[in-house]
Amino acid sequence: MIDCVENRLLTSRRGLLLGGASFAAWAYLPKFAHAAGGRDPRLIVVILRGALDGLATVAPIGDPDYAGLHGSIALTADGAHPAIMLDSFFALHPAMPEFARMYRDGHAAAIHAVATPYRDRSHFDGQDVLESGYAGPGRVQSGWLNRALEALPRGERVSSGLAVGPTTPLVLRGNAPTVGWAPLALPQADGDTAMRLVDLYRHRDPALATALSQGLQLDKAASGDDMKRKPGNAVAQMRQVARGAARLMAADDGPRIAALAFDGWDTHANEGGPVGRLAFLLGGLDGALAEFESALGDRWRDTVIVVATEFGRTARINGTDGTDHGTGTIVLLAGGAVKGGRVISDWPGLKLANLHEGRDLKPTTDLRSVIKGVLQGQFGLSDLVLAETVFPDSAGARPMKGLVV
Amino acid sequence: MARDSQAALVALNRFGFGARGGASGDLVNAASDPRGFVKAELAHASGVLLEAPGLQSTSQLGQAVFAYQDQVKQAREAAKAAAPAGTPAPTEQKSVLRRNLSLNATATEIAGQMTEAKPADSAARPAAMQPTAAAPPAAKPALQPLNVIRKTFRAEALARLQRATLVACGFTERLVVFWSNHFCISATKGELARIWAGAFERKAIRPHVLGRFADMLRAVEQHPAMLFFLDNQQSLGPDSRAGQNRKRGLNENLAREIMELHTLGVGGGYTQGDVTSLARIITGWTFAGRKGQLGPPGSFVFNSNAHQPGPQVLLGKTYEAAGLAQGEAALADIARHPSTAKFVATKFVRHFVADDPPPALVARLRDVFVRTDGDLKALATALVDSDEAWRTPLTKMRSPYEFLVASGRLLAHVPEDPSRYLNGLKLLGQPLWSPAGPNGFPDTNAAWAAPEGMKLRLDIAAQIGARLGNNIDPLDLLEFAAADAASIETRRTVERAESRQQALALLLMSPEMQRR
Repeated sequence: MIDCVENRLLTSRRGLLLGGASFAAWAYLPKFAHAAGGRDPRLIVVILRGALDGLATVAPIGDPDYAGLHGSIALTADGAHPAIMLDSFFALHPAMPEFARMYRDGHAAAIHAVATPYRDRSHFDGQDVLESGYAGPGRVQSGWLNRALEALPRGERVSSGLAVGPTTPLVLRGNAPTVGWAPLALPQADGDTAMRLVDLYRHRDPALATALSQGLQLDKAASGDDMKRKPGNAVAQMRQVARGAARLMAADDGPRIAALAFDGWDTHANEGGPVGRLAFLLGGLDGALAEFESALGDRWRDTVIVVATEFGRTARINGTDGTDHGTGTIVLLAGGAVKGGRVISDWPGLKLANLHEGRDLKPTTDLRSVIKGVLQGQFGLSDLVLAETVFPDSAGARPMKGLVV
Repeated sequence: MARDSQAALVALNRFGFGARGGASGDLVNAASDPRGFVKAELAHASGVLLEAPGLQSTSQLGQAVFAYQDQVKQAREAAKAAAPAGTPAPTEQKSVLRRNLSLNATATEIAGQMTEAKPADSAARPAAMQPTAAAPPAAKPALQPLNVIRKTFRAEALARLQRATLVACGFTERLVVFWSNHFCISATKGELARIWAGAFERKAIRPHVLGRFADMLRAVEQHPAMLFFLDNQQSLGPDSRAGQNRKRGLNENLAREIMELHTLGVGGGYTQGDVTSLARIITGWTFAGRKGQLGPPGSFVFNSNAHQPGPQVLLGKTYEAAGLAQGEAALADIARHPSTAKFVATKFVRHFVADDPPPALVARLRDVFVRTDGDLKALATALVDSDEAWRTPLTKMRSPYEFLVASGRLLAHVPEDPSRYLNGLKLLGQPLWSPAGPNGFPDTNAAWAAPEGMKLRLDIAAQIGARLGNNIDPLDLLEFAAADAASIETRRTVERAESRQQALALLLMSPEMQRR
């Protein structure tokens, strides 16, 4: 249809869908906003699917074992692409200058050695735990962000939680109504999916491997792309998604809460160090955070963005210059409402004996504590509601204090 | 157990449309009695018929087109009368030519449609939810309400897709698709062909899929859609009354395709003289026009005024009978010609078993065809009873239609709107009921495992994954689709995907889902 020639970076009104239940009946938040002295808090949850290498993003370069474990992809404070020192111990990946600026301004923080209660290594189950807010995997059909939405005080009418993307992520599914929005030009089958499929075909069906490989080449030729542009497209898409969502949230009666997911963080091979595949993705995430900041305008002041992933990756690089599924990782917080400029961590150390099962960064902080702290700081949810409704059976994970201004 | 699952894959994929997801238990049922599972559908010939509320007869549909064309004409004349002189009449908006777009743009187009809001949703959308900072999209022409032709095409398509999604094995539906492609028409021929495409299959193909080839042949060649598609309504016997009055004559199109594509096959022992002769024999086979002078508008009629008088010699035999009976006798003989038996058997085995059909199996099916006088149920049964059909590796590539239907079945998704399927089929080069020529869509791996096609399949699979992957467990689906017959590599690839969305895309693209 005609839309395919429309500027892809325009946020499409047609792309805005209604999801969940009727949304006229739902009303909440501004009442709370008044109660909290004029603040009108906003919360954005960004899920990085595929398990982010936290040790490559916020690198403990002060830990004597880090460089050896992370080997050829370890970050350093010097060289052609020096990591950005956040304090005397932790350094930020050089692909994230915007986050570094926010951090310096006190509007961004990192929490390290974090994990959900999940201790196995399946993406699917890990994402279930991350998004459902339950202590273990299961086929739960609601997410913690939706249950938090339900628990909020009712107030003037504003629109419902915003699910960004073709479907509502589990974290935002549930009884509270949501609206959905997706940019018109959704990502095509990405390079990672294509690569995995070509690999499967090479082993099982060489004729299809040849055909698909040629098809991918043809496609690149037709769109004038070379190999390098592929991650660049992903970066542009992340920015586009963030800009569109932020515009919706900036409206007076727009959604106060949103969830979105970025794919592609499963870095088993050729992860790259200060430059390379992960660097491209982190650059995209960094750009998305900057888009949120600029498109939210004055609302940025009252915003917290939580960036989380289902689990981390092995501390030691594997035989293909990547990392395998691990446990402990990071959470990033960004936004004008973040009490930032800090890396918060009960650092477990990277000595072999300190690693989880001898391979992963040992988690010392429960991700639920971080999220509870944000929910409490932003919306004033009680300990009880957080422990029983939002994150069932989580009384042991106390809300982290002082994350929000 | 492994062997049973393998046989179940043959039952479901070679003969059917693949296992359904959810609680169907298709794979288990197929594994316990693979041949019985496939043949169960052959027991009920009436189950092949497709009757859905609102689907109309061929004649009713023809009349709907005539009425619609009258309306358009009247509206155009009214507009012309109202418009000041010199203003050119508004030309119809042509859709963007697909081939000129990059592959990405084309895929984006599909993606956009796949996430399109329903009109009801956009109506309920409050203004506040529109991103104010974005420039409003350029004004688009208001969507025209679907005319009766497009509406009918979509309803026919939907009925077919729903049937294919819901049936247990899908063998008879596969037979319908096979015969419908063998005796294809193209909906692109014009408005009549478009509105008739579904009715043609329902009325001329389905009643005979488990019946006799000769009956199907007659029904097909007498259906108005075929007569229109291959121009027989324009063919006049040179010596007929109409031919002499109008100084026009034969059109050999239908006669040639009957022998070349529908029965004897190229090299089937006929000459140009036979083509001309058959063309004369079937002059007068037409359908009643809008005025209904010969019968109800849009119905098959024999116009004796256009029929070439006198006996005709065809394939060495003289056909004396005058009128309609002459052509019916000729078709009956062609249907039981040895070349027809061989041609049909070869094509049948190529479709269901392998691009290079095992010669012994072809010979056996040819014999069955001859012995039973073209009993198509006996032909299908002999195929299922053969050892070759169960032993030959599953190397055939699923056609785009088979791929999309198999995906819908696995996801237990009964379509309520045919758009995604119709768009997907167009994108993948198999637009529904619209092959490029009267020889139908190709039936070889070379056609469907082409580079561009594979890339586009992947894009579609990724879209389906993005849209639906959230709600499913891909490993459950792998169990439904192949269980322990899945290769270890496929299982690992699905298990190791970084998200359910990606896992679903990879599962749909796996050899187990692409090959049959």
